[in-house]
Amino acid sequence: MAGLVMYPEDERLTGGNRTAFDLYIVSAVALFVLMMLIGVTMRLSQATWIEVPPDLFYKFLSMHGAGMVGTMGMVTVAVMWFFLRKYVRLHLWAFVTNFVLFLLGALCIIASIFIGGYGALWTFLFPLPTDGMGMWSPHTAALFMLGYLLIGVGNLIFYLDAAAAIIKVHGNLGRALGLQWLFGGTIDPNHPKAVVASTMVIIANSLGILAGAVVLVMSLVNIFYPEVRLDALLVKNLIYWFGHMYINATIYMGAIAVYELLPRYTGKPYPISRPFLWSWAVSTVFVIVVFPHHLLMDYAQPRWLAIMGQIVSWGAGFPVFLVTMYGALTNVYRSGIRWTMPSRLLILSMFGWAAGIIPAILDGTIRINVLMHNTQWVPGHFHFYILLGVLAMVLALMYHEIGARAHLPPNSGTDRLGFPIYLVGGLIFVFAFLDAGRLSVPRRMAQHLEAWTSTDRIGAVGAVLVLLAMLYFAIRIASGLLLGGKASGGTGATHASG
Amino acid sequence: MIPQDEFWMIALAGMGLVAAGFLHVLAQAGKTADEAESSKSQHTAHVLRRWLFVLLLAVFITGSWATLHHFPIPRQNQALEAKQVVSASGRLWSWQIEPATVQAHSPVEFQVTSIDVNHGFAIYSPEGRIVVQTQAMPGYTNRILHTFDQPGTYTVRCLEYCGIGHVPMTAEINVVASRGD
Ligand code: HEM
Ligand SMILES: [Cu+2]
Repeated sequence: MAGLVMYPEDERLTGGNRTAFDLYIVSAVALFVLMMLIGVTMRLSQATWIEVPPDLFYKFLSMHGAGMVGTMGMVTVAVMWFFLRKYVRLHLWAFVTNFVLFLLGALCIIASIFIGGYGALWTFLFPLPTDGMGMWSPHTAALFMLGYLLIGVGNLIFYLDAAAAIIKVHGNLGRALGLQWLFGGTIDPNHPKAVVASTMVIIANSLGILAGAVVLVMSLVNIFYPEVRLDALLVKNLIYWFGHMYINATIYMGAIAVYELLPRYTGKPYPISRPFLWSWAVSTVFVIVVFPHHLLMDYAQPRWLAIMGQIVSWGAGFPVFLVTMYGALTNVYRSGIRWTMPSRLLILSMFGWAAGIIPAILDGTIRINVLMHNTQWVPGHFHFYILLGVLAMVLALMYHEIGARAHLPPNSGTDRLGFPIYLVGGLIFVFAFLDAGRLSVPRRMAQHLEAWTSTDRIGAVGAVLVLLAMLYFAIRIASGLLLGGKASGGTGATHASG
Repeated sequence: MIPQDEFWMIALAGMGLVAAGFLHVLAQAGKTADEAESSKSQHTAHVLRRWLFVLLLAVFITGSWATLHHFPIPRQNQALEAKQVVSASGRLWSWQIEPATVQAHSPVEFQVTSIDVNHGFAIYSPEGRIVVQTQAMPGYTNRILHTFDQPGTYTVRCLEYCGIGHVPMTAEINVVASRGD
C-alpha cells in the first residue's frame, strides 16, 4: 500500500534517474506550452480574430493532435516509471530508450508536417495520406508514419521491461492485476495499486501499439506499392483500436499519481480493495473492446460491433464513478486535507475525468452519435478529461517533485493565482466546444460560418487563460527541477492552510 | 426541443451532479474526524456506494434498452423499400447527389459512398442543425433512412476531414411539401 510519508526515501531521484526524469518533465512542459500555443492559434482563427490560411491550419491541427497525444504518452510513462520503480526493478536504459525514440519520432513528425507539408491529421485515415492533392506527397506521409513507429517501438521497449520486472515479482500479469482476489481470499494490503494500474496499461497498450504497428506497416506498404489496395474500413478499425487505447492508456498511467499521492496530502490511508481490483480488471477488458464507438457512423460495420461500442462505453462509467471518483472523494472527506498545489491538482484531475466522461458516454450512444459525431462536441469531451483530468494528474506529480526537492509542498502566491486561472480557463474552453457541438458546429474546420463564431470566441478566451497558466506552470516546474528547489517555495510556501 | 438541446440538458445534469458531489465533499474536506466519526462516515460511504451502484445499473439497463430496442441504423444488407432513393457520392471536393429534390413526410433512402478518400455525409436543417449523418467511405455504401418533416433547403456538409477543400465541400437538398400537404 502506498504510504503516508510525504517524500519517502525510496522515491528520491539521484544520478541517472534524476537526469532522465528531469529530461522527460522539462521536455514535456515545453512541448505542452508549444502545442497549446498552436491550439490557441487555431481557436483564434476559428473566432476570426486572426487569419490562418487553411493549409497552415491543417498542418497545425496535425501537429497539435499528434504532438499532444505523443507528449501525453511520453510524460505519463514518466509517471508510471516514477512510482513503479519502487516496487519492481526497472532498467534505466529502457526508460531512456523510450525517451530517445520519442525524440526521434517527434523530429520525423515535425519535419513531415512543417517541411513536407503533411496535413492528414493524427489519425492518418486511409487513403487520405496518399491523396494530399498537392498539399503533401505520399513520401511525406511515410515520414510521419515512421515517426509513429519509432515512438511506438520506444513504448513497447519500456512496457516489455516493465512487464518482465512485474512478472519477476508477482509471477504473472494476472496475479499482478490481483485477479486471484476477485472472488474471495484475503487481499494483500501491501499489493501496490501502481502495479495493478501498470499491468493493465502494459496489457492493453501493448495490444494497441501492435495494432498500430500493423496498420502503419500496411499503410507504408500501400504508399510504396500502391497496387496493394487496403480496405478502408479495416484500416479505420485498426487505427481507432490503436488510437483509442493509446490516449486512454495515458489516463490510466496518470491515475497512478492520484493513488500514490492523494493519501499523503489527506493524511488518510487509501487501501486497496476488492472493488478496486474489479474496476481495474473490467477496465482492462473494456478499454480493449470499446473502440467501435469511433465507428458508429460507419453503417457498413457489423451491427454487433456498434452495439458493443455503445454498451461498453456506458459500462466504462461504472469503474470511473463508483471506484476511482468515489474512492478519491471518500479519501478526501473530513481528512483535514492541506491545500497545496499537488492536492488541488489531484482533486481537479478526478473532477475532470469524472465530469468529462459524461458527454463522452453520451457521444458513445448510437442515437446521439448520429447528431454529434464529428462536431465540436468531441473535442469538447476529450479536452475535458485530458486537459482537466490527465494533464492535472501529471502536473500534480511535477509539483509534488519540486516540493520534494525543496522539502516543502509548493504553494506560492502565484501558484494560488495560476490554479484558478487554469481551472476557469479550462472550463470556459471545454464548455465552448460542447456548446458548439450542440449547435452542430463541425470539428476540424479551418473556416467557420459567421453563425459559429460566438462559441469560437468564448472558447478562444478560455484557451488563452489556459495557455497563460500553463506557461507559468512550465517555468515554475522547470526551474524547480533544474535549480534543485532553490527557486521553488516562495513566500506563500509556508501558508499551507487547510 | 430539438434532440441536440436534449442531449445538452442531459450532459449538464450529469456534470452538475458530479460537481455537486465534489463540492459537497470539498466543503467537508478541511474538517477532521475522530475515530468514531470516521468509522461512521466510512460505513455511510459504503452504503451510499451500494445505492449509487444500483442507481447506475438501473440507468444503464433502461437507457440501453430505450436507445437500442429500435435500432437507430437501418439494416444495410437489404433494400429499405423507401419510395424515394437518393444516391450521394463524395469526391475531392464535391458531392454528386441524385436526385437533389425530395418530398417531405415520406421516407428517403440515401445511398452514400465515396470514390476517393473518407468523407462524412451530414444533412443540416434550414436552421443549421444536423438532422442525420453517415460516413462516405470508399468501397462501401452506407444507407440512411430518413423522413424530413419540414420542407426547405437543407445543406449537406462534409463531416470527415478530407484535405484542403474540406470546408467548401457542401451541397444542397431541396425538400418540398408532398402533394398531400
Ligand atoms: C490551451 C490548451 C488547448 C487548446 C487551446 C487546444 C485547442 C484545440 C483546437 C482548437 C482543436 C481543434 C478543434 C476542432 O476540431 O475544431 C484541438 C484538437 C485537438 N486537441 Fe487540443 N487544445 C488544447 C489542449 C490539448 C491537450 C492538453 C491535448 C491532449 C494532450 C489536446 C489534444 C487534442 C487532440 C488530440 C485534438 C484533435 C486533433 C484532430 O482533430 O485531429 N489538446 N485542440
Ligand atoms: Cu471532408
